[in-house]
Amino acid sequence: MELLQMENITKLYGENRVLNKVSLSIREGEIHGLVGENGAGKSTLMNILFGMPVIHSTGGFEGEIFINGIPFNPKSPEDAMKAGIGMVHQEFMLIPGFSVTENIKLNRERTNPTLLSKIFGNKLERLDLSLMAKDSRQVLDKLNMTVDEYLPVAGLPVGYMQFIEIAREIDKEQLKLLILDEPTAVLTETEASQFLDVVRKLSEMGISILFISHRLDEIKEITHSITILRDGEMVKTIGTDKISIVDIARLMVGRNIDMVKAKDEERDIKDEYILELKDFKVNMPGEKVKGLDLKVRKGEILGIGGLAGQGKIGISNGIMGLYETSGTIIKDGKELPLNNPRNSLNSSIAFLSEDRRGVGLLLDDPIDFNIAFSSLEIQNKFLKKIGPFNLIDNRTVREHALKMIEELDIRCTGPKQHTRYLSGGNQQKVCIARALTLEPNLLLVSEPTRGIDIGAKKLVLDTLVKLNRELNMTIIITSSELGELRQISHRIAIIYDGKVKGILPPDASDEHFGLLMAGETLDKVVN
Amino acid sequence: MNSLIEKIGVPRLIIALFLIGLILVAVYLKIPLSSLITDILVRFGMNAILVLAMIPAVQSGIGLNFNLPLGIVFGLIGALISIEFKLSGFFGFIVSILIAVPLAAIAGYFYGKMLNRIKGQEMTVGTYIGFSVVSLMCIFWLVAPFKSPELIWAYGGNGLRVTVSLESSMAHVLNNFWSFKIGNVKIPTGLLLFFALCAFIVWIYSKSKKGLSMKVAGSNANFALSNGIDVDKERVWGTVISTVLAAIGIIVYSQAFGFLQLYNAPLYAAMPAVAAILIGGASLHRAKIIHVIIGTLLFQSLLVVALPVINVLSEGSMSEVIRTIVSNGIILYALTRPGGDTA
Repeated sequence: MELLQMENITKLYGENRVLNKVSLSIREGEIHGLVGENGAGKSTLMNILFGMPVIHSTGGFEGEIFINGIPFNPKSPEDAMKAGIGMVHQEFMLIPGFSVTENIKLNRERTNPTLLSKIFGNKLERLDLSLMAKDSRQVLDKLNMTVDEYLPVAGLPVGYMQFIEIAREIDKEQLKLLILDEPTAVLTETEASQFLDVVRKLSEMGISILFISHRLDEIKEITHSITILRDGEMVKTIGTDKISIVDIARLMVGRNIDMVKAKDEERDIKDEYILELKDFKVNMPGEKVKGLDLKVRKGEILGIGGLAGQGKIGISNGIMGLYETSGTIIKDGKELPLNNPRNSLNSSIAFLSEDRRGVGLLLDDPIDFNIAFSSLEIQNKFLKKIGPFNLIDNRTVREHALKMIEELDIRCTGPKQHTRYLSGGNQQKVCIARALTLEPNLLLVSEPTRGIDIGAKKLVLDTLVKLNRELNMTIIITSSELGELRQISHRIAIIYDGKVKGILPPDASDEHFGLLMAGETLDKVVN
Repeated sequence: MNSLIEKIGVPRLIIALFLIGLILVAVYLKIPLSSLITDILVRFGMNAILVLAMIPAVQSGIGLNFNLPLGIVFGLIGALISIEFKLSGFFGFIVSILIAVPLAAIAGYFYGKMLNRIKGQEMTVGTYIGFSVVSLMCIFWLVAPFKSPELIWAYGGNGLRVTVSLESSMAHVLNNFWSFKIGNVKIPTGLLLFFALCAFIVWIYSKSKKGLSMKVAGSNANFALSNGIDVDKERVWGTVISTVLAAIGIIVYSQAFGFLQLYNAPLYAAMPAVAAILIGGASLHRAKIIHVIIGTLLFQSLLVVALPVINVLSEGSMSEVIRTIVSNGIILYALTRPGGDTA
């Protein structure tokens, strides 16, 4: 009996097609794995199923959903809960000051009538704490949890919080389908294996599980069947025993990349290092780097890839000193002081932030000022001396901006236009222009094409390749899009759990990339 | 037409229209325009520097400086000391400023350090610090060891008067400097020139490398950080300059007014200054000299013209009521703008 059927689900965000005719069906008691890269459409699919408001505020979706054969169209998470769907989120939705019991029974409290409630309605009934605790104990026992149900949630280990979230979901009597969104991401190995046991137990109790994870070995171990998404398309639904981890990885990543590189572009890059990182740690929230070693050769484009949250973004931010950093950075043979952005800029390093609008631009200042400011601040350019004053020289700022606008083809009404009103691609070009004005020999580029339309993407990437080729600028490009890394990089380092998992040439196979991104070693590939 | 209204801004348009209406009524009531214009010029000159003090505060990112009283009390101390030593005229005025500026700078430095610990709450905390400083100084005025009979109560003993007359010291030194008459309108040349000088210094600073760093730190702290700017240091700088300008501003204000007002007088000094710059078109994140000039002119003209007109038309001190409504209303309006759009 099919518990859930989703048929031909299509979702557009504006012009952007994030899901295209995806179908999915789950039997009762089945554990179904959902895998795909970041941006493959997993979260959007779950948001649709759970009736999240973001779906309806952006124009709804196409396609049909059936639960037990009955059409189901969730307008809000409440609808979904009523239909027996529960979701455990990646971020915990627990109230730290409340006890375990109070969190589990939140909004479904057991109550006794009181005098006041008889007059003013049942909102004023008294909580029956002992009954609530008994209920909680029951569900916690189901999960093999020994934690005291009266403890406050604040201060419990993260693993416990995960279990409490699940306890809350299975305490709902009508629960039929539980969505687990990367449930093991925050758990230690033993916690994770304990957790998987619980998931199995739930499935035996007849609850269907939709299991989203980047850890392919878990998926392989626990699920009955798997759906693989890629770029919003459904690649395959298949029984777990009929597919190997290597094949899953290949299907996840696999993409027809046009290897545009002609042979004559293969330049001779010597083993001369412009930058070395040793035991490099960056404390960037959500993107921690945990003791990484990496060498960057002079004149290469080094791609840094990996899944979100594994620490790839932290590397560039750490080199620039924007987040607390420890370890050693050696630039051009000299050790670079840590946690000091000005020193990094002085050592001919420029940085294009992944947060273009937040860090990369002064949105309410004109283009020319944006382009000139870094070099004015760091290198004292664009200044003129009048008496004792060092004033900004508006004429040279403007001339320089006009030159850059022409070179990089920035579409704008003129150098005085405020950057807020530019399109994403043109904003990125202003950032590039600002970095170039510093005349760096090492350019750190973070997510350069995020939020940019396809045409502008190509222009930005072409610009980077041109800089590398013509000015012999070393470029470290960090991107979630493996495709674009493979298009322009000479080598690609895949980051997993804050460390380099492996370095691959851009023409390595899809399996290799997929496995490294999932944290597997390459020995699994049988050559 | 719409774009023109947008460019001028609705609040400025309403206030300007109201002002023109008041002037027409004043003409109709045969209130002499020449004296009104003289008053407007004087009140513009005496208030403009206090309004100017908002600019470095906004530019460095601490928002509107509701803690103007901090600078003001040190300006008052400067003036009191110069009177104690029986200095008068220009010399007294300059000495007051020379004493007040370093004191205000030190106070501004510590206040700026404190603001770095409460980012995001600067305006609320500033208001209360201002109130506390004024109260603290009330004690100081009572116990300060000043001896000059000009300053202490007429019956002797300890403690300063509530209002100290500057008639024998520095009253009107700037107003009368190079002043001349066009018809019946008296132009307070010195006063306006002194404001022009201060405004010019602030303008030059905002075009200099140091000033630009401060401005960038104020408009996008993350951007500034990634360009190697010490954002906290820039915020302290902005606070120091703002506090120093407040100290100079109150000395200029007092010499034009003819009295030093002690005790509770500085309590609400920040409100009209904040209101004026907001009327001029500044926002919480953006302020220019032109906003100071337009805002002070509109705000002060409104008060000057409204006073005689309303006193003729109705009874009591309606102009004070109007001042309060306009200044607090415009502050409220500006603070409700999402993201600090131009008010």
